[in-house]
Amino acid sequence: MAKNEVRFLNPPSVEVKKKKYCRFKKLGIKYIDYKDADFLLKFVNEQGKLLPRRLTGTSLKFQRKVSQAVKRARHIALMPYLADGLK
Amino acid sequence: MEKRYETVFILTPVLSDDQAKEAAKKFEKILTDLGAKINHRENWGLKKLAYPIQKKTTGFYHLVDFSGKGTEIAELELQFKRDERILRFLTIALEKHGATWADKRRGKQSEAKVAKTKKAEA
Repeated sequence: MAKNEVRFLNPPSVEVKKKKYCRFKKLGIKYIDYKDADFLLKFVNEQGKLLPRRLTGTSLKFQRKVSQAVKRARHIALMPYLADGLK
Repeated sequence: MEKRYETVFILTPVLSDDQAKEAAKKFEKILTDLGAKINHRENWGLKKLAYPIQKKTTGFYHLVDFSGKGTEIAELELQFKRDERILRFLTIALEKHGATWADKRRGKQSEAKVAKTKKAEA
């Protein structure tokens, strides 16, 4: 056996990271409607808090719009300010 | 310059359907009297609120899409505040994409309405 050869008992699992993308840029959505609570539900966690960009992959430009829309939806009681088990 | 605005308000569920419609009309009249042009109105009916407001869990939702100079909004919101029937209101300016979206949404709804009436006829 060659000295430098490295052998693994189990083949090392190679994780292929799926690249995140901004769904608004990809789909060409330009306006985020605050009246569409079902859609905005994708950007909050089960407590009704906004999810960070690092989880959703949204670009900064659209993250600002998402947060604006969610806040408007909360104001007119289409979405809760605080919730428990929203999903 | 004229701008597009959109206002959503919630009326108390204590009112009857007719009373709610009448109240909505009152606010539309305020707008038109002040020189705004109403582009579109929507009645979402009685909806459940995501959280209680003034101990009410439901409310009548109304949406009015109008164009104006922006001076009428102060008066409209003052009237909203004075009216006990209003639980909540929100007025926003529609930017370029918002306006196109609003038109599209409106188109869809009128199409749905046409389809419905056609179905009713058939």
